[in-house]
Amino acid sequence: MNVISTHIGQPVSRIDGVAKVTGQAKYAAEAHPPGMLYGVVVNSPIARGRIETIHDAEARQVPGVIEVMTHLNRPHAALFEKSYMDGLGVPGVPYRPLHDGEIHFNGQPVAVVLAETFEAAREAAMVVRVDYERWPHNADFEVALHQKYMPSKTRSNYVPPKPRGDAAAAYALSAVKIEGRYHLAPEHHNPMEMHATTAIVEDDGTFTVWDKTQGPQAVQAYLASALSLSKDQVRVRNPYVGGAFGSGLRAVYNVFLATLTAEMLKRAVRVTLTRSQMFTHAFRPEAVMDIALGASRDGTLQSMIVKGVTDTSRFEHNIENIVIWGLINYKCPNATADYKVAPRDTYTSSDMRAPGAATGVNLLEMAIDEMAYACSMDPLAFRLHNYSDIDAMHDMPLTSKALRDAMAQGAQHFGWHDRSMMPGSMRDGRELIGWGMATGIWDAMFSPTSARARLGQDGRLHIATAASDIGTGTYTILAQTAAEAFGMPLDRIDVELGDSTLPECPTEGGSWTAASAGAAVWLACLSLRRKLIDMLARSENAPPWVKQDTVTLEGGILHDMTENGPVSLSLPDALSLAGYDALEAEETAKPGLRGKISQMRKARFTHSAVFCEVRVDPELDTVRVTRLLNAVAAGRIMNPKTAASQIRGAMVMATGMALHEESLMDERVGRFMNHNFAEYHIPAHADIPDMDVLFVNEHDDEVSPLGVKGIGEIGMCGTAAAIANAIFHATGRRYRNLPIMPGA
Amino acid sequence: MRSFSYSRPTSFEEACRNAGHTRFLAGGTNLIDLMKSDVERPAHVIDIKSLPMHHIADRPDGGLHLGALVTNADTAAHPLVVERYPLLASAILAGASPQIRNMATNGGNLNQRTRCHYFYDPAMACNKRSPGTGCAARGGRNRIMAVLGTSDACIATFPSDMCIALAALNATINLHGPDGERTVGVRDYHCLPGDTPWRDNILQPGEIVTAIDLPPAPFGPHHTYLKVRDRLSFAFAIVSVAVGLCMKDGRIERGSIALGGMGTKPWCVPHAEALLEDQLPSHSLFRDVAERLLHGAVADRDNTAKIRLAPRVIERALWQAAIGTPQSQTDKAIR
Repeated sequence: MNVISTHIGQPVSRIDGVAKVTGQAKYAAEAHPPGMLYGVVVNSPIARGRIETIHDAEARQVPGVIEVMTHLNRPHAALFEKSYMDGLGVPGVPYRPLHDGEIHFNGQPVAVVLAETFEAAREAAMVVRVDYERWPHNADFEVALHQKYMPSKTRSNYVPPKPRGDAAAAYALSAVKIEGRYHLAPEHHNPMEMHATTAIVEDDGTFTVWDKTQGPQAVQAYLASALSLSKDQVRVRNPYVGGAFGSGLRAVYNVFLATLTAEMLKRAVRVTLTRSQMFTHAFRPEAVMDIALGASRDGTLQSMIVKGVTDTSRFEHNIENIVIWGLINYKCPNATADYKVAPRDTYTSSDMRAPGAATGVNLLEMAIDEMAYACSMDPLAFRLHNYSDIDAMHDMPLTSKALRDAMAQGAQHFGWHDRSMMPGSMRDGRELIGWGMATGIWDAMFSPTSARARLGQDGRLHIATAASDIGTGTYTILAQTAAEAFGMPLDRIDVELGDSTLPECPTEGGSWTAASAGAAVWLACLSLRRKLIDMLARSENAPPWVKQDTVTLEGGILHDMTENGPVSLSLPDALSLAGYDALEAEETAKPGLRGKISQMRKARFTHSAVFCEVRVDPELDTVRVTRLLNAVAAGRIMNPKTAASQIRGAMVMATGMALHEESLMDERVGRFMNHNFAEYHIPAHADIPDMDVLFVNEHDDEVSPLGVKGIGEIGMCGTAAAIANAIFHATGRRYRNLPIMPGA
Repeated sequence: MRSFSYSRPTSFEEACRNAGHTRFLAGGTNLIDLMKSDVERPAHVIDIKSLPMHHIADRPDGGLHLGALVTNADTAAHPLVVERYPLLASAILAGASPQIRNMATNGGNLNQRTRCHYFYDPAMACNKRSPGTGCAARGGRNRIMAVLGTSDACIATFPSDMCIALAALNATINLHGPDGERTVGVRDYHCLPGDTPWRDNILQPGEIVTAIDLPPAPFGPHHTYLKVRDRLSFAFAIVSVAVGLCMKDGRIERGSIALGGMGTKPWCVPHAEALLEDQLPSHSLFRDVAERLLHGAVADRDNTAKIRLAPRVIERALWQAAIGTPQSQTDKAIR
């Protein structure tokens, strides 16, 4: 699709920015329906067992308490496990909140206290006592590794590794070899906004559910199924979401509990999780990767053997693509990979920003750096030497891969060529300076999505789709797309998102929203524009010039030239002349035949090259990241301002992955112990330097209708490795466990 | 948080009248947090912010009097503190965040409670929080726990930065209780856990910290507060060191040193400080001081890194002080 860019590609500030900073943007826990009750969840302190007795008499005596709901007195909910399956499609038996007295994981909800005030609910929740029969459990990843397995059923997005050549034989024959076990600690998403739900029972008995989620239609389907309701009895709204990073891909227990209790008590209920409770559901799995690389002396990769394991729960099989990335991205004639999951008695690990790749790309890129050094090659030169122009695992061409440009431009901006090869050779006073780099790769996905465009008598263009803006800038880029497609000034466009009643849109995740919802909005606007001009052409009242095929819609006004000079017509007038109060069009963007063929024949990815400078005090083990640069090849950039903000945010998160973030599992009880922001360290301002983001030119008409690849996750991939590699360059010490902390 | 009654007395007499299960509220940065976490469950909260403890004033001996209700932020920015006690200002600025320092008070800082994960989580056994339940931190995830002054009953780290500087400065704590006023040296104020880990300090029921008195500090530029932590700001110390040296003609006349992040209380070893007396700075001297300071350190499951790191941090801090280049708390490069 050929787009002349008046609006698309402009660095427009967020159109929802003012609403957000002035508090007008309302989040899930900010709906205040009359008569609302507050629900506070009580969680299990044990990992495995059975509830024996629940002592709630004291809680019920707290003034204002209405109900203490447990598995014993909950209203009827769907019986079958299948009814609790959600959109993410993790195989296994989904956890059913308050279903019975069995405890599957530490932090499992065992009761919800409902009260007239938040304070009463919280106090009563503190005095609910529960006796448990404790069963043996295992929450130790090292032990779980002995029970690793490959689930018979996988998630639909799982890409099985495809071996090539004879990796074992080639490894044995390789002149240069490295081999090691790399490890990533579990992490929690920790978006700033807590998971929360306000469930409202409407007069007609239907439910309006304000939920923090990435997929209002997925939550609607889940609630309808789990509570045995029809879909039209549940409306889920999430117009604003304060970050999610994947924690809102699956329905979190608060939405089920709030809606269930609202139904039972016929009153609105709000359930907000605490920061501690944010550590009782989704988390990025702990991972190990055993990587063996073989190369010839000239630095040509000959063999790649990657074996990876991530943890999952005992009841579901969460599967990630962690082992495939090197096989795809490097031209290595012999390669094999193996992937398994290790079960623990915890909640199920879950997708977190760039799931699979954040783990697999970063750990592999640390090994690639080791191999470059083992071959005495500059790490950038080594990667270029082994560069693949195709998806080397599937032997498939790519729609585009401007990684070479990203490497070149990134290196130039960073000044990479001034780097001295020798570790520990760059110093400033007591501090050792290290420069490291890595490359990143992530899927460029496109999913069928619908959108509606409506032109009203007020002359405004209203765009609607059930997409979620989780803080990424979706409102803004969709307005830009509409402005471009329809020929409308940006300030006359309204965008409505985050409502299950709007045209169908998949759950926000996987960096596909810009490409998918963008294409849907584009089509809907073109369709509406055509419709308007057609209607005018058919109208008897319209001036004759609007029937010319040269008529244009620009700046929100219909224009043309006649013998008597320029003529124009405002949109409200155009609607009136056409005999309409409003006009709308809904379209679905799909890959189409050409797109489907392309998807079969070509692979599609975003790529990046990340460069990092660290300063290390080698005696005190302190690491300061002093420069970070990410050069990204991601097709068409809809808005360089919001896009760069996405990349910077991911670089901050990846800095946390490299240096700070670790959820500390106490295996004895199966509980993550640092469940607060004082002890779960996300980077502070002092940890983050000025960051540079470059977008390299990558024209790709094939990847998606608008040539967009998406940028929400690529910033995670490679950044943590670049930091680890820079630490090696500074100190000469290899760290194979992330995060790297003082005293490691 | 559980229901509690609240009062805001205007006299010490009224405030110190022991009303059973009470807690004093000043800045609230620690107490309120602990009440929300169900760790502190006072039946009555006595807000002492109306008591006259809001001033910083000169003392006749050339020292300084810091009112217990002066905020950490105001203390660190006070011209007399900046001029005479830059070590104290530095330690305060090494801790918490600006927002917390704006609320937190000097008295509250002395009484802040440990950040032990197990203390903070009522689902876990903790002798400090719930006497007699055991210590789940032992054998648990204890990277941040203490290695000095621990007992079978407790390995919780004393968390303050400010108090480490106060220990190096040999401050005196002024108390007001039901039986009148008394003073105690800061090094004797906090308690080792022993078999009574629920006692953080020597405060008696109804007793309030009214002020901190600082003796004159003759260190000139020869001081530092050096803190190593798991991120560069807003994190508790893994190892921190407060040092003040009296130097003359390149010689150390005497020195004062305290460790944070390592002990169950601000960690001072007079034998170690004695080594510094009338010595020239040297690597071997500083290594000996470190060794003596760390004598008896015992690691548990996750915190051996502290014992490995601490000697290097101590030596660096001693050099920073000896050379007269105290650590900056804004430039994160370590000198």
